Amino acid sequence: MAVTLDMAKLDLREVNTALQSAAKTHSNDAYLIENPRGSHAMACGLDGALDVTIKGSTGYYCAGMNKEARVTVDGSAGPGVAENMMSGIVTIAGDASQYAGATGHGGLLNIKGNASSRCGISMKGIDIVVHGNIGHMSAFMAQKGNLVVLGDAGDALGDSLYEARLFVRGKVKSLGADCIEKEMRPEHLKMLAELLERAGADASPEEFRRYGSARKLYHFNIDHADEY
Amino acid sequence: MCGIVGLFLKKDAMRPQLGDMLTDMLITMTDRGPDSAGIAIYGEAVPGAVKITVQSDTPDASFAGLADALSDALGAQVAVRTISTHAIVTVPAEQSARATAVMEARGLRVMGSGETMEIYKEVGLPRDVADRFGLRDMGGSHGIGHTRMATESAVTTLGAHPFSTADDQCLVHNGSLSNHNRMRRVLERKGVRTRSENDTEVGAAYISWRVAEGASLGEALEGTLKDLDGFFTFVAGTRDGFGVVRDPIACKPAVMAETDEYVAFASEYRAFADLPGIEAARVWEPEPATVYFWER
Repeated sequence: MAVTLDMAKLDLREVNTALQSAAKTHSNDAYLIENPRGSHAMACGLDGALDVTIKGSTGYYCAGMNKEARVTVDGSAGPGVAENMMSGIVTIAGDASQYAGATGHGGLLNIKGNASSRCGISMKGIDIVVHGNIGHMSAFMAQKGNLVVLGDAGDALGDSLYEARLFVRGKVKSLGADCIEKEMRPEHLKMLAELLERAGADASPEEFRRYGSARKLYHFNIDHADEY
Repeated sequence: MCGIVGLFLKKDAMRPQLGDMLTDMLITMTDRGPDSAGIAIYGEAVPGAVKITVQSDTPDASFAGLADALSDALGAQVAVRTISTHAIVTVPAEQSARATAVMEARGLRVMGSGETMEIYKEVGLPRDVADRFGLRDMGGSHGIGHTRMATESAVTTLGAHPFSTADDQCLVHNGSLSNHNRMRRVLERKGVRTRSENDTEVGAAYISWRVAEGASLGEALEGTLKDLDGFFTFVAGTRDGFGVVRDPIACKPAVMAETDEYVAFASEYRAFADLPGIEAARVWEPEPATVYFWER
């Protein structure tokens, strides 16, 4: 039986304090948050196993810095959802706004709708699965982890990419600087199949194309020394 | 940072509630813009007449005798309705320019004019601004509001949004324009006048100029993507509806909601929380560099 916290009666700080304390005890309890009304920074900084469901849409920075907890938004999320996430699972039933999963180190961000611009910007090990489309400049300077998109990607995908792997099933409007299409090898198909299953995505790994870094931008080329 | 809200009603039966709904949305956006607030509300037209909204820091002295002075100067009946620091002056449509000149000569600031549009804006917290003008009790077909956190010009009444640069047209803006001084000079040479140092007013004047040159609102908004440099989420109001456009980078937030009863715009979802039927509404983020509009 989930503990219900109603934001029509409690303010944001009370709710977050309750969730953060419960996470620290690693109780793995279930919490239900009602009437979130698009509040900022909901369920952020959870440091331990906990199951949180937010009934409605959230504002900026929901589930930021998440560690171990499972946070589900039964609605849409504002900018910066799961920013700098470390581990755990954050699920968005609707759409996510810009820079979803930015700088994330680990865990799974599962977006059932669309994500807008700059999804996975500077990601550092997180897995992001977007069941719909993603906006422009996604995975900009992404360093590590996997970004999987079942729909289409916007302009300048993977600009200035490091070692993150990008998988897109639909169309890519354009690739950013130093981002190229790469062959899909057996280890990629295996990893993708596992990730799609974890995200509950109805898609087969063979339908995707893989994109990655050409590695020309972040290695210094001695022939270019005169240009500096 | 700034906050923008907009509400376009599809059903006339809801018109009396417009001010109340829009006021709640505006106050929710206080922490995005606590410096000043403003609203453009499209209400009832008076046949054959134009409503001019004027402002004064000394309303008691400035508005006393204004109706008589204008009636004498224009040789026509002029109605003046005073609300706090603002007055709505209703004049025969063909005398609008003359009335504006007379009022500016008396030191009044013109906020805007039009058949249906009235503009109320002041320095202060959105809640206080809304109370001062009684925004909750105002009805209308659609309205646009703004809460300001100033960047490009001083915190003054004239620097508050919405900006109106032609009859029944207005603009609110979240962001900052970087080529506004140059564009102001370009527009000046074409005879388009601005009243402040503000960047957004230049955006409004640009749109008005394009519309005056024959462009549709959609074409004028499309033009902002090419001719205005900087960050913007714009909402432009006209007599018949409103349009939305975001710059191609789209770092300034925007969210929209639509039901059978209304179309709503806001900087953040929070502003929608009290709207009727929002749980079942279609809610989406407008795409970058894409023009949206709703007209009746």
